[in-house]
Amino acid sequence: MAKYSIFSLVKNAASHHQNWDRAWRDNRPKADGYDVVIIGGGGHGLATAYYLAKEHGITNVAVIERSWLGGGNTGRNTTIIRSNYLWDESAALYEKSLQLYEGLSQELNYNIMFSQRGVLNLAHNLGDVREGMRRVNALRLNGIDSEWLTAEQVKEFCPIINISKDVRYPIMGGTLQRRAGTARHDAVAWGFARAASARGVDIIQNCEVTGIRRENGKVVGVETSMGFVKAGKVGIVAAGHSSVVAGMADLRLPVESHPLQALVSEPVKPVIDCVVMSNTVHVYVSQSDKGELVMGAGIDAYTGYGQRGSFHVIEHQMGALLELFPIFSRLRMLRQWGGIVDVCPDASPIISKTPVENLFINCGWGTGGFKATPGSGFVFAHTIARGEPHALNAAFGLERFTTGHLIDEHGAAAVAH
Amino acid sequence: MLLINCPWCGPRDETEFGYGGEAHRARPADPSSLGDAEWAEFLFMRTNPKGAHRERWVHSHGCRRWFNVERHTVTNQILRVYPIGGTDAVAERPVEQVVETKEPKQGSGS
Repeated sequence: MAKYSIFSLVKNAASHHQNWDRAWRDNRPKADGYDVVIIGGGGHGLATAYYLAKEHGITNVAVIERSWLGGGNTGRNTTIIRSNYLWDESAALYEKSLQLYEGLSQELNYNIMFSQRGVLNLAHNLGDVREGMRRVNALRLNGIDSEWLTAEQVKEFCPIINISKDVRYPIMGGTLQRRAGTARHDAVAWGFARAASARGVDIIQNCEVTGIRRENGKVVGVETSMGFVKAGKVGIVAAGHSSVVAGMADLRLPVESHPLQALVSEPVKPVIDCVVMSNTVHVYVSQSDKGELVMGAGIDAYTGYGQRGSFHVIEHQMGALLELFPIFSRLRMLRQWGGIVDVCPDASPIISKTPVENLFINCGWGTGGFKATPGSGFVFAHTIARGEPHALNAAFGLERFTTGHLIDEHGAAAVAH
Repeated sequence: MLLINCPWCGPRDETEFGYGGEAHRARPADPSSLGDAEWAEFLFMRTNPKGAHRERWVHSHGCRRWFNVERHTVTNQILRVYPIGGTDAVAERPVEQVVETKEPKQGSGS
């Protein structure tokens, strides 16, 4: 892998950028199989493969993706990165991820356009205010930056916001995490793919996993549209399709798949330089580097795999946007898309061994998986390599649904479900 | 957007309804005899199929009555509407045989 630098840019400019190396090798499955096969070539799967190679020296790894890299939820989210979670277990996991993001462009030698522009979570009623202040205190106890802003301070931080008292849900304040922000989502997938490929990981695209083969109760490989692929261990990182893939090994999961949609406006000049989220009126918005407003809101109430989303959810979201920012009233929306999120009953992920030997699962990230991409890969790689969880994901096992040690993060999920 | 045929009020927009999750889940008859694993199964485990799904809906803004719906989770096509507790022969059909629908290509998005 050639290193990206100012010199490589100059050198390739001389040949009209016709001679760049491919970012990653596009492989076919190896006949003699792999130590680890990762099902799912999204950000989490690619990060897992990268950290398996980097942290644990396991390079005989394949990432199998049924479509193109990052064609699922990695390319379908609102790109927000933050670690302001209430409970200790989640705060530690998401903070690890945020810290990895802070060094990721350097580490991967790939510009993921990470921008720590600050994330505001608004409070519109007394309950929100109390919850927000509680969360600020909880975060600070966990060593994570967080501050409480009054309505006037919110206005100062984001001048175009409407803090009038004459609206249905006036802004009463908000929490701010300054280290939080956004990144280019595709670049996260591509950067991990390139770095993993450089360390020897095989990336197999347009190859659908159709079955998980077991012998004497142990997983020995996966059936795919390119034939049988032998594997010492298999990790499922299939986001919306977690239940479908886990079902291939007769594993039932406590997740339900729901459509979550996002949309972007026409591009405009820089107008909002932070991320604003509101759980009460329910919209989250930021501006991309191209100038589009990127917006998201809630999931559809019912389960689905159709990668769409209902119109009335958009209507609700636009109403919320205009209450916060009347300035956007004549902005036109450009396009909309849906991703399928696998939601756990406690709105926290599952990163775990399974009752099936040699089978591991990383799922249930629900509506907030993008921010966790590097951290998720880091702890899942550890879980697969060592056969036991890392300290950071020990609490996120499948067994918590039996023991009752749930990590209820509905409040921090920023999406109503 | 779904058009749901309420058995009492006729076809109405999805926004008039509330979703009640997977249908045909009965609370355990003898709760005290259940172990942790069985409780976990009842409380948290869901079928979550990619295909025909039987689920509960309530007409919140109409007659406020509950009923069951069988819906395809990829196409959102409503295959049938039937009463709560309905155990007619149709409900016993294997779900794969109910309808054949083509999945949209990934990336078709909207």
